[in-house]
Amino acid sequence: MNLGNLPFIVSALLVVLGIYTLLFKRNLIKLVIGISLIETGVNLFLVMLGYRSKGIAPIYTFAPAGERMVLPTPQALTLTSIVIGLATTALLLSFAVFIWRHYGTLDVHRIKELKG
Amino acid sequence: MNGGMSVIVRTVSRFVYGLILVFGFYVIMHGHLTPGGGFQGGAVVASAFALLVVAFGAAGLKGRLNAHLLQSLEEIGALAFLALGFLGIGTAFFYNLLANSGGLFGASVPIGPNNGVLDSAGTLPLMNWAVGLKVMTGIASIVIVMLIGARKEEVK
Amino acid sequence: MSALSVHAPVLLIAIPLLGAFAVPLIGKLGRGVRDAFVGLIAAFTAALAGLLAANVFGNGGAASVYVLGGKPFDIPLPSGMTAPIRILLEVDGMSAFMALITALVTLTAIAFSFSYWRERSGGSMYHSLLLLLTAGIFGMELTGDMFNFFVFLEVTSIAACGLIGFRVWLGRTQEAAFKVMTLYTLSGLFVLLAIGLLYGEHGGLNIAYLAHSLSGGIVDKIALGLLLTGLAMKAGAVPMHMWAPDAYGEAPAPTSAVLVANSQASLYGLFRVLFTLFGITVSTATTGWILIVFALLTIFVGVTMALVQSDIKRLIAYGAVSQIGYMLLGVGVGLATIVTKPTYGFVAMQGGIFHMVNDAACIGLLFLVAGAVTRAAGTRDLNKMGGLAHTMKYTSVFFIIGAFALAGVPPFNGFASKFLIYEASFKLSPFLAIIAILSSILLLAVFVKAFQGAFLGPKPASLGGGEAPLGMLIPMAVLALVVIAFGLFPGFFVERIVTPAARALWFGRDAYISAILGG
Repeated sequence: MNLGNLPFIVSALLVVLGIYTLLFKRNLIKLVIGISLIETGVNLFLVMLGYRSKGIAPIYTFAPAGERMVLPTPQALTLTSIVIGLATTALLLSFAVFIWRHYGTLDVHRIKELKG
Repeated sequence: MNGGMSVIVRTVSRFVYGLILVFGFYVIMHGHLTPGGGFQGGAVVASAFALLVVAFGAAGLKGRLNAHLLQSLEEIGALAFLALGFLGIGTAFFYNLLANSGGLFGASVPIGPNNGVLDSAGTLPLMNWAVGLKVMTGIASIVIVMLIGARKEEVK
Repeated sequence: MSALSVHAPVLLIAIPLLGAFAVPLIGKLGRGVRDAFVGLIAAFTAALAGLLAANVFGNGGAASVYVLGGKPFDIPLPSGMTAPIRILLEVDGMSAFMALITALVTLTAIAFSFSYWRERSGGSMYHSLLLLLTAGIFGMELTGDMFNFFVFLEVTSIAACGLIGFRVWLGRTQEAAFKVMTLYTLSGLFVLLAIGLLYGEHGGLNIAYLAHSLSGGIVDKIALGLLLTGLAMKAGAVPMHMWAPDAYGEAPAPTSAVLVANSQASLYGLFRVLFTLFGITVSTATTGWILIVFALLTIFVGVTMALVQSDIKRLIAYGAVSQIGYMLLGVGVGLATIVTKPTYGFVAMQGGIFHMVNDAACIGLLFLVAGAVTRAAGTRDLNKMGGLAHTMKYTSVFFIIGAFALAGVPPFNGFASKFLIYEASFKLSPFLAIIAILSSILLLAVFVKAFQGAFLGPKPASLGGGEAPLGMLIPMAVLALVVIAFGLFPGFFVERIVTPAARALWFGRDAYISAILGG
């Protein structure tokens, strides 16, 4: 089944949804979800770069002979990006927890101690 | 997240916890042959830990958590990774000294599709273990802080 | 000694990383042991940076390559390959120059934080994060691989935000850290998207390999736009500077100095992308003028926002933002004229690059002074402080040195670099030089107001504290010495340090590529 350009369109859609969430939502947890959406879109884009049509996984263990393999480098890039995303999300959520303890609210428009 | 869940959940999770641990260690160990490796296996083991925290709650696990031990193990994992990087500094940093050398993890790797030799690839499985240790203890620490420590207290 | 200098590029990244991982374990042995260990690591790193710079500048600025994990560490293309297969570190004149700046700033900041943290707990984690930030900044400056650059970019983002939000007992630090982390992550994702586009189009991640195979098509232009946006966002150029006053203002004082080095490292990444990666394959006149427009906005908005601040650290933070604009102006004029290569273009490059080291020293000095002042006065509000010159004589002298140097008053170093920028940008378009000079005068007014608020006048009875302790005065004295020395002998330093860096960017694209791909 030929997917054509569909994965790239889905990736762009995810990034656009993520940017929309960052711009228009007020809850801090929703902002973190928006960043996570953008990261997912970019990771999907990175993995799709290596796909070659009718390719199998790029692993030599128990590999059937004579088949074309997809590129392994984008998979390494995506894995690194997922790990970085994990660390970023953990840090952002920790800050959200502390903000809730200090201000009692998670609404961006009401946390305005820093001005100017 | 103080209270745990019902009896059925607790019994099943006690049983499944061991299976998840075995699978996680398998993924770490075979990182140089099949998909997986340090981070992926470490995340699986940490999810087993998160399962326990959700099933038993903070009160149920009160006596068994040692945050200082987790932190020390995390640092040991990181230092082991850097030490393995410095191992081949005579040639270059991160040089794979043990590969194809006949010693620990030193069997030679056949070219092309093969049946997977566990004994090969030199410092790679050792680095997988170091990274896996760091990731599993690191994510477990994050899970502890977030699920158990996130209570609304007054600010000092 | 030769083994150290040969492995110096990778040791500059690995030794701070080792320190960052080992400090919590060693910290359990006691505060004195931990401070000695951190000081040893910092001193060793600074010595390595000096050794690397001496090697690279002694070779006439030729690029030296280090292959991570390669059988010999200096052959990038092993038997018969046409593309590099491992992660390479490539150090040319500009990288060595940035490594020198980073070493200076982090050494003084770590030395300052020994006395700054004397009364408080949690110091092991603080020093661990600071060393991790140092390792990340060195990684960004020495690497020759685009994806490796992205990884170190994210490492510095995470470490920097961990340091900004370190004082968890204050609400505003958490708010600042959340906002800064969001913007840093967004900029990192733009850079990753651009790297993915370049990889998909050309099939490689090494900077020299990509530079060799770039052709200037539509995908390359989109990647250039994304990289420009992402890296300028992280450097703090207007209109994406909103995170900068929060970040510099809420971090502990020595950390703000290292955060300035962080912004300069991403500015270095921008220059590396524009000059070495893309070079003349895209229209440099257009990109140069985009940089100049960003620069003018940054200079102007930075200074005018600094006028209305009453918090001393936010005031210096806006000053730091506007100085980034001067660097962008100098290098932007150089980029806009790189095709015809007139002499004033090279002078502009020298001015912009010289301003990087001057700005790092001056802003570092000012932030350390602000740390000493807020610790003595107990408040950060300029309206509530006063009369500190009676008790803090040395600190007020250091403030005068840093402020006058930043505003471009002779005989300090700011005047030398700003004069080069004024001269060269006047030849391109007189309007640029006029805005730059006016903003310098405004900046002088801002700092005079800050000096009057903090140091002059009668002292309110509620303020305590005497002179800053010796552990804080010595790092400030080192930076002040650098400021005065670079101001009194600018020609010497420009010729030794800045000209190889400017030549590496302006003329050195082919040398950079052939160092890896073999000409």
